[in-house]
Amino acid sequence: MGKPMSILPDLFLTFAKIGLFTFGGGYAMIALIEDECVEKKKWITHDEMMNVTVIAESTPGPIAINCATFTGYKQEGFAGAAVATLGMVLPSFCIIFLISMFLSNFLEIPWFAHAFQGIRIAVGILILDAAIKMIRKMQKKPFPLAVMLTAFAAMLAIDILALRISSITLMLVAAAVSLSVYLLKQFAGKEAAGK
Amino acid sequence: MIYLDLLIGFLKVGLFAFGGAYGAIPLIRDVVLSYGWISDEMLAYMIAVSESTPGPIMVNLATYIGSSQGGLAGALIATAAVVLPSFSIILLLMILLKKLLKNSYVQAVLRGVKPCIIGIILATGIFMILERCIGSFSDVSADLTAIIMTVVLTVIYFASSKLIRKGLSPIGLIGISAVAGIIVYGRI
Repeated sequence: MGKPMSILPDLFLTFAKIGLFTFGGGYAMIALIEDECVEKKKWITHDEMMNVTVIAESTPGPIAINCATFTGYKQEGFAGAAVATLGMVLPSFCIIFLISMFLSNFLEIPWFAHAFQGIRIAVGILILDAAIKMIRKMQKKPFPLAVMLTAFAAMLAIDILALRISSITLMLVAAAVSLSVYLLKQFAGKEAAGK
Repeated sequence: MIYLDLLIGFLKVGLFAFGGAYGAIPLIRDVVLSYGWISDEMLAYMIAVSESTPGPIMVNLATYIGSSQGGLAGALIATAAVVLPSFSIILLLMILLKKLLKNSYVQAVLRGVKPCIIGIILATGIFMILERCIGSFSDVSADLTAIIMTVVLTVIYFASSKLIRKGLSPIGLIGISAVAGIIVYGRI
């Protein structure tokens, strides 16, 4: 057998499918990408997915684009990255373009409005599902669990009280704490070795 | 020229929009209003449309605004401009990533950030569900329909993985919820 068949068309179609069914921003999409790219196609591992989420959160731009670029590049290099990103963008591009041309009262169309009210509920469940899957697979050690629970409590308080603190601030604090713990341990280790 | 303005304006948005679409909205608002493309009111409408159609909200907004200002070419330019920065940054990172991820300091940072993101995602999911069911927290009013929908959809989604071998996919859940929305909210 010669070279295995190119997966470029598959990359394009899979991300177009994800793009077509992603509602409500990046976190809801994590559940879709997990399902398609980690479990079904096995293009990336859960660990890599977690790394992309971290990278996506700490770089500018939509998480969806970051994930598509990452997965595409890992499979087929630059062409894969371009094709996956294009697939991610194309469905919504067509939909929005048509709406902007022909439907000036899109939000008042009852069918769409009602369907979207239902979808809004599903989006919360999908985000919860993404979080549960991540918790199941995370290391059950005191430090990560403590960070997770603190971040959870802090974020929930920020949301409920409508505070103007972004999730990026929380991540920066977590990074600083974790790095300090590491440096302290190293320092303590050197001290012990020196004596 | 409008095309050049769209290109520069949305490159800026793509390059500086951290923390997802909602973090980016103030930035988009700034760019859009400073060029005088559309009114604040129209922008609010476009944000609502971008939220209720599939795809990344930021990309949807770029397409919408681009199209309103420069037709198909405007939409293409604005969309490409908003995507390009994150696309390039990820490619650059991928090339550096392998070495970078093995660095022990980077590892130390990741050990803190990963569980933090999990906590944030968990909180976001729970908050969204609560918000749908009991409204805003400054003015609590239980929405019985939303509560029933939430319970039913949650049970269907999580029970399906026990009943069917692979369970209901997220896309399946979106489809079911859309149909349920049309049936339930259409009747009321």
